[in-house]
Amino acid sequence: MKRLISGWTLIKLYTLLVYVWMFTPIVAVVILAFNPQQFGSFPMEGFSFKWFVKLSQNSTILDAFKNSMILGTLTAIFSTAVGVPAAMAFIRYEFRGKELINTLLIAPIMIPEVVLGVALLLFIRWLQQPKSFVMLVIGHVVLTLPYVLLIVQARLVGIKREYEEAALSLGASPFQTFREITFPLLAPAIFAGMLFSFTISFDDVTATLFWATAQNQTVPVKIFGMLRNSISPEINALGAVMIVLTVSTPLLAGYLTRRFARGTGK
Amino acid sequence: MKEKNWKPLLLLSPSLTAVFLLLVVPVCFVVVYSFWLRAPSGQDIPAFQFGNYAKFFADFFYPSILLNTLRVALETVILCLFLGYIPAFFFYKTQSRLKPYLMLLVMLPFWISFIIRTLSWINILGDSGLINHLLLKAGFISAPLSLLYNEGAVIMGLLQYLLPFMILNIYVSLDGIDKSLTEAAQSLGCTEWQAFKEVTLPLSMPGVSAGCLLVFVLTCGTYLPPMILGGPGNEMIANLIFKRVIGTLDWPFGSAISVILMLLLGLIVYTYNRYMGINQIFKSLSNG
Repeated sequence: MKRLISGWTLIKLYTLLVYVWMFTPIVAVVILAFNPQQFGSFPMEGFSFKWFVKLSQNSTILDAFKNSMILGTLTAIFSTAVGVPAAMAFIRYEFRGKELINTLLIAPIMIPEVVLGVALLLFIRWLQQPKSFVMLVIGHVVLTLPYVLLIVQARLVGIKREYEEAALSLGASPFQTFREITFPLLAPAIFAGMLFSFTISFDDVTATLFWATAQNQTVPVKIFGMLRNSISPEINALGAVMIVLTVSTPLLAGYLTRRFARGTGK
Repeated sequence: MKEKNWKPLLLLSPSLTAVFLLLVVPVCFVVVYSFWLRAPSGQDIPAFQFGNYAKFFADFFYPSILLNTLRVALETVILCLFLGYIPAFFFYKTQSRLKPYLMLLVMLPFWISFIIRTLSWINILGDSGLINHLLLKAGFISAPLSLLYNEGAVIMGLLQYLLPFMILNIYVSLDGIDKSLTEAAQSLGCTEWQAFKEVTLPLSMPGVSAGCLLVFVLTCGTYLPPMILGGPGNEMIANLIFKRVIGTLDWPFGSAISVILMLLLGLIVYTYNRYMGINQIFKSLSNG
């Protein structure tokens, strides 16, 4: 019995170390963002907000931030608009070639982003279209669609068909059934799908490097460009802002859904 | 009966159109382009020849980048497994009330920008990074160690990006194991360790292999970590493609390298699917 406890302690300790390893670099970024020195590294000498101030005056970064927000929002909307009906088809209907079509729609996850980047760019080039913001949105929808599908499908499996059948047998039209029964039950999954595709789009570098032009750079692409001349405290400050933003969004979303769920008595 | 058939088609048509037009067709273009010729003037000439593939395998330069990619991928998979199995096992066994929060913490890196997570290692491994700073201060070394811009740094970045995938895959598999099986083994006289070795470990293999495949495939296509954390010798296949296409605008050759990468990954995924079934991966992804 004694050996068993010590084994479990070791497992706990190991897990703790993995956590420390995983989060030390992230914490370091946030701490170093407050380093007043020109070269953003250890040792810390003092504490200042000056890099955040400098960041807020950098118009190219603010532009990139705006681009990223618009791109992420559009991607989230289109990706769920296309993905939710597909997920409905997979879970609610039986048809020929279902497995094959499902694999095809999930495929972008398994194809390296570089290849996706080359492929879409080559196609656009063949069509003799210039790179544009529209193309960036289209590309990001393809990148995020599989995740929306997986998330919404997983949720839809858990919604009993009986609810929909009950509504239909009580005289509701299929559209009414969707609006009154399926949609409210599915809303958290749709929301999660949107949040996920927003984050993936907001975060994407590799494919975006292929598709972006000088006019529609996103924040990560901008950071990538800044990195060419080594790491600066300004990058750390930008990193800290992004970490706080991207971490608080899902946490807040999770908290809100739980609150609303409790509010409706579930 | 007939009514049932057009409905799913209608629901699927937007996504099928999107994926067909924006993925299938463009990928076909890549395959077609890989056979084209590039004129010295930079013009792409339609052709059907294997010159681009021959060029790739002509000397050891390009294949060595491919081998480099595969080696890094293999090392990353092995390290990920070592780092990931025990935390996954911890989540499976723990009775702690904090478990949901600890799990949330594992997922948290998913939400943090990939480029930030990658560059954050510069603050740790750089000449004036955390490790060198601490070692210098403690007096263990007199000059900073060069920990950055080598394969180890690239793998650090990759591990941090991929470990959550591995942990979740293994956890999903462990969580599906009927706990009465290990109880049965123990009541029949197995020690805790034997029960783990004979029952839990084999039953968690689907998750382990799914995690390994995912990590391997994602590493093979990786672009950012070698760019940010690697040196000149740590180039991987995705960096090569980017350089050929965006740098030198050699579309046919870039396409050929893309096809080689796709074929390689396709072969690995196909082999995996034959023996393990691909659905395991999607199971844990949709949990994530």
